[in-house]
Amino acid sequence: MAQQARFHHQPVPFWRDVRVLAIFTQILFLLVVILVAGLLYANMTHALAQRGLSLGFGFLKLEAGFEIGEGIRYSPSDTYGRAFLVGVVNTLLVSGLGILFATILGVIVGVARLSNNWLLTRIVGAYIELIRNTPLLVQLVFWYFAVILQLPPVRQSLELPGNIYIHQRGVTMPWLIPSPTFKLWLLTLAAGIILGILAWRVLIQYQLRTGRTTYPITVGLIVFIVLPILGWYLPGETPVSWEMPVLQRFNFTGGRTLTPEFTALLVGLVVYTGAFIAEIVRAGIQAVPRGQLEAARALGLSNAQMLRLVIFPQALRIIIPPLTSQYLNLAKNSSLAIAVGYPDLFAVGGTIANQTGQPVPVIIMIMSSYLSISLLTALFMNWYNRRVQFVVR
Amino acid sequence: MDRRLLAMTFTLFVVLGLLLSACQMAAQPAPAPAAETSAEEAPKPAEAAPAAQQGSRLETVKARGKVICGVNGGLPGFSYLDETTGNFTGFDADYCRAVAAAIFDDPNAVEFRPLSAKERSTALQTGEIDVLIRNTTWTISRDASWGNFAPTTFYDGQGMMVHKELGATKLEDLAGASICVQTGTTTELNLTDQMRARGIEFTPVVFEEIDATYAAYEEGRCDAVTSDRSQLAARRTVFANPADHIILDVVMSKEPLGPVVPHGDDQWFDVIKWIVFGTIQAEELGINSQNIDSFMDSKDPVTRRLLGLEGNLGEQLGLSNDFVVRIIRHVGNYGEIFDRNLGPGTPFNMDRGPNKLWTDGGLLYSPPFR
Repeated sequence: MAQQARFHHQPVPFWRDVRVLAIFTQILFLLVVILVAGLLYANMTHALAQRGLSLGFGFLKLEAGFEIGEGIRYSPSDTYGRAFLVGVVNTLLVSGLGILFATILGVIVGVARLSNNWLLTRIVGAYIELIRNTPLLVQLVFWYFAVILQLPPVRQSLELPGNIYIHQRGVTMPWLIPSPTFKLWLLTLAAGIILGILAWRVLIQYQLRTGRTTYPITVGLIVFIVLPILGWYLPGETPVSWEMPVLQRFNFTGGRTLTPEFTALLVGLVVYTGAFIAEIVRAGIQAVPRGQLEAARALGLSNAQMLRLVIFPQALRIIIPPLTSQYLNLAKNSSLAIAVGYPDLFAVGGTIANQTGQPVPVIIMIMSSYLSISLLTALFMNWYNRRVQFVVR
Repeated sequence: MDRRLLAMTFTLFVVLGLLLSACQMAAQPAPAPAAETSAEEAPKPAEAAPAAQQGSRLETVKARGKVICGVNGGLPGFSYLDETTGNFTGFDADYCRAVAAAIFDDPNAVEFRPLSAKERSTALQTGEIDVLIRNTTWTISRDASWGNFAPTTFYDGQGMMVHKELGATKLEDLAGASICVQTGTTTELNLTDQMRARGIEFTPVVFEEIDATYAAYEEGRCDAVTSDRSQLAARRTVFANPADHIILDVVMSKEPLGPVVPHGDDQWFDVIKWIVFGTIQAEELGINSQNIDSFMDSKDPVTRRLLGLEGNLGEQLGLSNDFVVRIIRHVGNYGEIFDRNLGPGTPFNMDRGPNKLWTDGGLLYSPPFR
């Protein structure tokens, strides 16, 4: 009887209607989130007011007054804002180069892991296990104190051919200095690239239309090479000149020196992240169906061709998503720079917070910097990921 | 369906609870002075919250049974972990003990909290520590934003240590040099100021950890390292070859070092102030840990007030009247603390210099105990 009543007579009351309940719980949840956020914010502003701290960003216009060891042009009389920018650029530099080299290292090691050479796979395996299972901070300190600072002092530098010096203050090498004609040369270089591509495309079209062999690549390359060469020699003065390092009383001046702090951080990040990327690459390759491999062999492709034309394109769509998170990790891990004295954005931000007594605004700036870097990386990688996905029609 | 209902009821309760605690927070008078409102305290029952928010830090410390003292922890002579005993030793550590002795009559009622130069301001501002005794320079901006500075216990100046083989004798000899420095210090700013004023180019190599700073210098990454002169002398004693390093004969700044307490607590500030003054006044009167008993029947009213035999000076601060006696018995007067940790009998062999009593031409001066 009761069942009958439930089934036929009464509609479902609204407090048991799944759709109403779903919406209601969502609203409730949103309320909870807003409340908690509000509570945290109220607590923070209350605590800040109590300690006489403000939440403004006005301090960014004040003179910083501290020196930064490396990075873009900056002097202690610049503002805190500029100092922070130096840190941001330093972070971008080390994480950008880190991502590039870690990818190269990771792909090489990942492929080597699958090699038929017994010794090679064992060595590579040991590297991956050793690096993945020890903390990055420990590795950074190791690279800095136990490897780089143990190199010979400046006055007894190892000298490599081409005026490159290796010493415990880094690697000093000759560097190119632009002369007044440099901008002119850049123009001819740009013209070479544009005209080269243009020639190549026009010739291809012509070839397709008429069927005559027009050597599009050769002609394009010649255009691309000849124009900058003309631009290099015609103005009379070469657009760049070499600046040679000279050993002064304490350090080398002239040329370019990679500091030990930067080197240690870069090497540490690359070696560490490279091990993770290697495993991702290995997994990606192994996930390609065996039949693809056999088919490629049957076609008579060489090992290199097989990797380049068959395996990698298919492995890539498996590799990209986990690779993205490794890139993000690398960028975020660069904040360990402070341990080896590299002035990245976290280190500089910390100094600013300390000198101004404004920890909250500075932490907000640091967090939003890392957030933007990560989101932009993720955005790019997601776009790339969509490009390499299977297009199913 | 039932599970969903259950979850909903639960959520409802959570929301109600949050709403209630929010109302409760809003209902409290907003500018409660010396309040310790933190996230975990907010949702406590109504009757418990106001009790915790009243009173001085002195009461909190007494109730806790120990004082939490922020120290350096990596600075021989000031606060350094003694490998044989496992205790912190040094000048700053002894002042932490003096605070504990004054409050609890027990110099060991201290929890030492080693802090890096960068961490210390936050630890102080958030009230994580009761007092910071960590070779911290008294400056106007820190006084305004960090906390209240008690009397200076050590008058220092910034110096520069270089590798002897470089043959540098003055700052101008360091043009083009790399200089190691610890971040979060006044040293970092003074260095830049001094070098800018003299037009000397240099490259700073900045570390957060004191050990990393000196390790990088000792390994040769830097030509020089800069810090307070006392710190340079102290760290040099733990180098592999102390004789290979010289401290230049320059004083780049004034560095008055002393205890700091969090803002907004006058009573606690007074307690720390007069504990420091007590050690200075005791030395001025010639009272030390060895001879203090012979002063207990002194007729001198100045001595009698200091030792709490007359008046209620200690009670006015919220301490016991004999708080100076407790300090002297357990830790000693200023001269004893200095000599024990930094004086001629120690590897540092530091001269008292400006840290002499005013009666000897130094800067140590205690206002009257009356």
